Amino acid sequence: MTDHPGTHLVAPLKPELFLTTEHHLCPGCGEPVATRIVTEVLCELAQQRSAVCVLGIGCYTAFARMLDIDTVQALHGRAPSVATGVKRMLPDVSVFTLQGDGDMVNEGLQEVLHTAARGENVTAILLNNGVFGETGGHMTATSVIGQRTKTSLDGRDAEYHGHPIRIADLVARLDGAGYVARGSVHSAGAVAKTKKMIRAAFECQVERRGFSLVEVLTMCPTGWFVPTADGPDYMEQTLGQIHVMGELKVARAGR
Amino acid sequence: MSERRLMEGSEALAEACIAAGCRFFAGYPMTPFTELLEHMARRLPDEGGVCVNAESEIEAVGMAWGALATGVRAATGSTGQGLSLMQESLAEITLARLPLVVFNMARGGSDYFQATRGGGHGDYRHIVLAPMDINEGVALTQLAFHLADKWRNPVLVYGDYLLSHTYEAVDVSPLDFGDDLPAKDWAVDGRRDPRAKLVTMLGFSKHGEESPGMAQGMERHFQAAVEHTAAMERGEPARVDVGFCDDADIVVVAFGTLAKFVRYVVRQLRADGHRVGYVRPITLWPFPSEALAAATKGARTVAVLENSGGQMIDDVRLAVLGRAPVEFIGGISTDSSGFGVGDLLDTEVVRARIEAVLASVVASEGAPA
Repeated sequence: MTDHPGTHLVAPLKPELFLTTEHHLCPGCGEPVATRIVTEVLCELAQQRSAVCVLGIGCYTAFARMLDIDTVQALHGRAPSVATGVKRMLPDVSVFTLQGDGDMVNEGLQEVLHTAARGENVTAILLNNGVFGETGGHMTATSVIGQRTKTSLDGRDAEYHGHPIRIADLVARLDGAGYVARGSVHSAGAVAKTKKMIRAAFECQVERRGFSLVEVLTMCPTGWFVPTADGPDYMEQTLGQIHVMGELKVARAGR
Repeated sequence: MSERRLMEGSEALAEACIAAGCRFFAGYPMTPFTELLEHMARRLPDEGGVCVNAESEIEAVGMAWGALATGVRAATGSTGQGLSLMQESLAEITLARLPLVVFNMARGGSDYFQATRGGGHGDYRHIVLAPMDINEGVALTQLAFHLADKWRNPVLVYGDYLLSHTYEAVDVSPLDFGDDLPAKDWAVDGRRDPRAKLVTMLGFSKHGEESPGMAQGMERHFQAAVEHTAAMERGEPARVDVGFCDDADIVVVAFGTLAKFVRYVVRQLRADGHRVGYVRPITLWPFPSEALAAATKGARTVAVLENSGGQMIDDVRLAVLGRAPVEFIGGISTDSSGFGVGDLLDTEVVRARIEAVLASVVASEGAPA
């Protein structure tokens, strides 16, 4: 593969904190990219032997087997509470959740808001693709107006289906939140920016400045019913217009 | 502490948790569970532990889940109503093999089915301990943490308003159950020493030779859970208190605080020359079926006294297997709030109900067996 004309390695094939180079998520999925940069940040911050991942339920649950990181599997939506219990007992360990939008913003909205308000020193990573990918393309609380899903066949209609929740904006307003940002993985530039956000979030945790959230917009061409190669553009033109990227809150030490 | 002191039941149970090494507690206030949460909130920080006043029961059990995954002893609880909210987690945490201790400070006695049938989805059981008073509650609470670790399975302590809100002189010294507990080598600490761990209810591992086929893995996992439950039922002795049953015409079966009233009344009736005995299941699961069958072998009637519409009576019937008529003499009994103690928790009322059964048995005497 790697000696194919015109290709070259931009990074090692196997990231340090992965047990495997293979996954069986769909082609064009953004979740493996987002998860990879989380592991890269942990390595850069020398947290390889001081991290616990709390996984939600979604396609990314497959990473439970693949991540070379101590992992606790939570029920759908419950990862922030589970992470709270882990962190309170292991205060010096970097504790982070990996959750989808269905997990965090639908089923577990109360959990993430309370955990943020409590100022728990944990980092939540939201993989937001605006759709229930694992069930086969159903509307979530972050699906944007006009988005076609199996439960919004003619596109999400505000009057009929309600409005999407901008979760990072909501969390940023809570006093317990120390760092909140929204990035994406639809381009190399976006990946680089998002990685900086994830680093800032873990630094917030290490410095005990409160709850941190990085919402990462991820591609789901399967759940969006678009050709694989169209995923990044679709993401930017739909989700990216409503869930606007950028840092939303950077609390300084001594908040 | 090792001296006897007059304590409210909730405080005594909290002290028993701490004596057992519990270092994390989370709960949501709800009568009559509230005071247990209050005492844990007051006491745990002094012991280097953490008590979180969770924003909901669902979050409380989630926090306990996380704490347990790190290998510490942790507990949560509520009333039966609050435990209804927790049931998804209570079912799945059992599949995750985490040693949770959960208190049901019940409103009345109508949570027997919830406690003993699992309560949530799937094939699982929790060991259920039902103390009759505060002194026994202190011992059984400490036993609960031991059994949870021994079996890597949740253990439920079934209390109520009376246990929570009355006072007894108790000695909350740590109890020694032996040190043969399995090492918690599955617990996460972030260090990957020697390699990363996974605590999950989904039946797969990071390093196992399991096939990646999820359905196959899950089927095996569910089957293993069934086998685990069976091993627990075979291996953990059903605890039971049996009195005066050898020649008893009538055996009265009751559990929890109500059973102490029954024991008192049966002793009175014995003193008056009546052939009455009692059976008090202490573990509601595993249910003491064999002991109950033996104790009721010569009985003409088995009477079941519960503060509910009649739930444990199903297990009594399964144990007695038609060898004697099984009669329900209990009923719903709370105060007007639905939380507190009703008319049934009164020795005169209990005595009258047992005497009514005695009268019917005496009336049928001489009739062909």
